[in-house]
Amino acid sequence: MKIVVCVKQVPDSAAKVTVENGKVTWGDAPLVINPWDEFAVEAALRQKEALGGTVTAVTIGGEGTKDALKHALAMGADDAILVNDPALGTLDTQAVAQLLAAAIKKIGGVEMVFFGRQAIDGDSGIVPAQTARLLGWPSLTLASVIQAEAGAVRVERSTEEGRQIVKAKLPAVLSVAKDYGEPRYPSFMGIRKAQRAEIPTLALADLGIPAPAAVVTWPEVMNLPARDVKCEIIGGTPEEAANALVDKLIAEKVL
Amino acid sequence: MKTWVYIDHFQGQAIPASWEAVGLGKTLGAVTALVFGSGVEALAKSACEYGADEVLLADDASLADFRAETYASTLSAAAAAGTPGLLLFPTTTRGRELAAMAAIDLKTGVLVDVTALEAKGEEIVVTRPVYAGKIMTKETCSTRPYVITLRGRAFAKPAPQAGKTGAVTRIEVRGEALTSVEGYARGESGVSLADANVIVSGGRGISNNPALTPPAGLDEKAAEIWKAQQGFAMVNELASVLGAAVGASRAAVDAGYIPYAHQVGQTGKVVSPNLYIACGISGAIQHQAGMRNSKVIVAVNKDAEAPIFKLARFGMVGDVWQIVPALTAAFKKKLGK
Repeated sequence: MKIVVCVKQVPDSAAKVTVENGKVTWGDAPLVINPWDEFAVEAALRQKEALGGTVTAVTIGGEGTKDALKHALAMGADDAILVNDPALGTLDTQAVAQLLAAAIKKIGGVEMVFFGRQAIDGDSGIVPAQTARLLGWPSLTLASVIQAEAGAVRVERSTEEGRQIVKAKLPAVLSVAKDYGEPRYPSFMGIRKAQRAEIPTLALADLGIPAPAAVVTWPEVMNLPARDVKCEIIGGTPEEAANALVDKLIAEKVL
Repeated sequence: MKTWVYIDHFQGQAIPASWEAVGLGKTLGAVTALVFGSGVEALAKSACEYGADEVLLADDASLADFRAETYASTLSAAAAAGTPGLLLFPTTTRGRELAAMAAIDLKTGVLVDVTALEAKGEEIVVTRPVYAGKIMTKETCSTRPYVITLRGRAFAKPAPQAGKTGAVTRIEVRGEALTSVEGYARGESGVSLADANVIVSGGRGISNNPALTPPAGLDEKAAEIWKAQQGFAMVNELASVLGAAVGASRAAVDAGYIPYAHQVGQTGKVVSPNLYIACGISGAIQHQAGMRNSKVIVAVNKDAEAPIFKLARFGMVGDVWQIVPALTAAFKKKLGK
């Protein structure tokens, strides 16, 4: 089974993200693999362990984004590919999906493609479905249970209303929900292997497509409006404080 | 602007944000509601009562379960023929997926999880939270139609006008289904966090009441979980008096105290209720990202320096094990329950 896992490098989830001089900054917080993508790598590795095959990690971006690929390699992915080209400008979701769909076709023979549910920077959560649409493959998003066999997959999807149990033929695109199960830590051997790994680059010429252009733009980024609240501490015994608070909430008509 | 609104529903029950989208669409001009499913004429009728001028109805047995591929093909074919300037969806699992695919078909972009929208003539600029709500961005799209998903509770829900009607046009199902739905398994019962008016959340601070003794025979981890469950039982009680949903911090979820479906924060749910009561939650950045847009925040914590008090409108410093039951009793009494 040839498996691809698509990952992204993002600022650490503990980073204090702000806007300075009109630009997004996260100070000296590290860039890490998108935490949702670790679940995708975990799911990809478990499929490989169950069915045999290979796991290839793919990302898009400059040399620095190879760190996200190295994390996937350290967790156990067999190889990794960077999609990069000097002609690429700012990307939006459909441009990312076009590049990934082209890379997956270029790799060839892929049966399962895994994504995290969304990236914690752009928070769109639509690249998996867009990539599936471009490939003409089934989209099975927010999978929390995945059972693959030859040529087919059965998935339990975590939706707002509960679990939806879905079957599809392979090849398919899946995104993985957090309740799939904890991602493994990179092993010591894995980290050493990842450090030494040669990561090839696919350029636009290799993919055989022109540079996809972003159609969605961010003309302005803004800090959050200050939460203009002064906390009123309500004292007294628990009973006195509770009664006082309830009166205040009723007076503010929030109930 | 010619606006189409996708009415998202689960087994015929409309998601409230669908009506919020109709309300927003009406501020921009005429609204066409898209109602897809099997046996969903009643939903088409409701769409008109909530303000839609007309309905495009795809009602077919093959649409009984939401399957993104056929729903998207049906929608895209209709949009290619009807040329709306704007397609609105609620930001739900289905809404996101459908918007994503329809945008690929229509060769346009998607503006996801939008909380504000400005239209000047035919141009639209939206505002949306990114980086889990740590910052906001203005966003626009150079191609048409605009495809936009709206965050629940960010726009006002219109009042339905009983008996208001509109033209209903049936459209054909398009595309090939690539999945088969075997069934559904119930999720967590209780109120959905995204739609909740009131949320009561618990963190690690509610999980270790020193006054409680776990039953004999539990190992250390099981005893810890038992204690935490007593904490969430206390939170549940307060929530049930308020008709509230129950939330939790990542720390509580990671420790195995409560299922992930309850997690509020950057890697959980982002919520904006009228009232958010945080019990024993210190307020890490990760948690704040999920709840800071709540209208009124109440914090109960033993540590007066906890960051949660910087967001809170009201704070109670002390033992959550005494304060939370006192709150339950006070709400019961004052709300006459």
